[in-house]
Amino acid sequence: MEFRFFYHFGRFLLMLKGMFSRPENMRMYWKEFMKQCVDIGIGSLGIVVIISTFLGAVTTVQTAYQLVSGFIPKSTIAMVVRDTMIIELAPTMICIVLGGVVGSKIASELGNMRISEQIDAQEIMGINTKAYLIGPKILAALLTIPALVVIAAFLGIFGGLEAGKLSGILSHEQFMEGLRSSFDGYNVFFALSKSYTYAFIISSIPAYYGYHVQGGALEIGKASTTAVVISCVMILFADYALAAMLL
Amino acid sequence: MIELKNIRKSFGEKEILKDVSATMEAGKTNLIIGASGSGKTVLMKCMVGLIPVDSGQVIYNGEDFTAMDDNAKKPIRQAIGMLFQGSALFDSMTVEQNVMFPLDMFSTMSYKDKRKRMQECLDRVAIKDANKKFPAEISGGMKKRVGIARAIVLNPKYLFVDEPNSGLDPQTSLVIDKLIKDITIDYNITTVVNTHDMNTVMESGDHIVYMHQGKKQWEGSNEDIIFSEDKLLNDFIFASEFFQDIKEMRKTEAFRDKKWRHKGGEAGNK
Repeated sequence: MEFRFFYHFGRFLLMLKGMFSRPENMRMYWKEFMKQCVDIGIGSLGIVVIISTFLGAVTTVQTAYQLVSGFIPKSTIAMVVRDTMIIELAPTMICIVLGGVVGSKIASELGNMRISEQIDAQEIMGINTKAYLIGPKILAALLTIPALVVIAAFLGIFGGLEAGKLSGILSHEQFMEGLRSSFDGYNVFFALSKSYTYAFIISSIPAYYGYHVQGGALEIGKASTTAVVISCVMILFADYALAAMLL
Repeated sequence: MIELKNIRKSFGEKEILKDVSATMEAGKTNLIIGASGSGKTVLMKCMVGLIPVDSGQVIYNGEDFTAMDDNAKKPIRQAIGMLFQGSALFDSMTVEQNVMFPLDMFSTMSYKDKRKRMQECLDRVAIKDANKKFPAEISGGMKKRVGIARAIVLNPKYLFVDEPNSGLDPQTSLVIDKLIKDITIDYNITTVVNTHDMNTVMESGDHIVYMHQGKKQWEGSNEDIIFSEDKLLNDFIFASEFFQDIKEMRKTEAFRDKKWRHKGGEAGNK
């Protein structure tokens, strides 16, 4: 087990090293980067909108349910929703979901290209396939996933605001008052640090498993599942490590 | 010309290629034949650099390809076109985008010239009204032809073809064989074809290398194969009565041609 860990880790580092080379044609690399931005960013927007809105709404209702003391002002609920969304739910929960959505897409796309010899066809042409196929995916994830996390944080807070009003827990005014009080900008820095780390995990680990797949359709499925599971575990591990280091 | 010198390749404990030396003649259709598992595909992948050799040399026109680093290999790789067994067309691109891809990546031609070149290649392989179709929407034979068009679009010096007839009906196989042969002659390419299709051996091969259990068992011309006394080669190629009859017929024809050639007859020069 230990040996396999070092084997995979070493091969993963070699894959990353192999990505750094002079592009054969910058315009084609840019085109591929933009395509990946659309696939990863725009392609995941729908699920991010739905999940983050409901996460914010549920957080509002559950926080209100737990705050039973009449001495605590209602606006505290908005503070809790704001900080929970920014610090934890928007980056971590959304990235775990994206780990499944984006991770399985990257692993199965590269795995299919490997099995059907499309990667070999590009190698024969003299293209550095690590740079051309993996590089744009990682860069696109690093650009779009933090943006999705920011959108998720806003939508989560919006969901909380609306859920508070609809369920009669607190008014818009009370919610806005809570939102404005005791805001710490460092939390945003922390959330973005997390989202950049997760974006790298979500894109590079599935790319590794997809790029090195061997066999047939069954192995593509296995690689995809392994990639998603490892990505999620790594996200949780990084979540704890970053919290311990930065908070 | 491509020279293979003492190529060895193992996967784990299993030795796949055992000291293979052979020559692929320039401007000719060279065939690598052999039973399934004889090491043909591994040998071809070693030749194009997709699989690194354990020892030995692959020499392209005097340049040792195996000793080069990735950057030094690039010019030779760009002179190579390859048609894979499953065609390896890019799923997400249309037929014309597939053929344009090498031009977009490596050529400095204008967009108009690229499109012209792409259309020339598609016309050469007789692909019509399929420019905007995706690989999933065309037949196996068409995929092979589009694969050939993509392989020749950058005017390669070497064309590698892995199992061109797998999964094709006999009629389409003939079309593909003829196309490969014609392209080899028209573009003066050194072509290497991996096959176990006997029709290809009889009709298309100029120079033939027979592989048996990872070793080169026999090497010679299309005509030599008729007269070869190598038992393993004969058992492989002339396994059926049908092909044995063809062998006898060819022998007679070849003897007759030789006789006429000695006499300076016209038929002997054909």
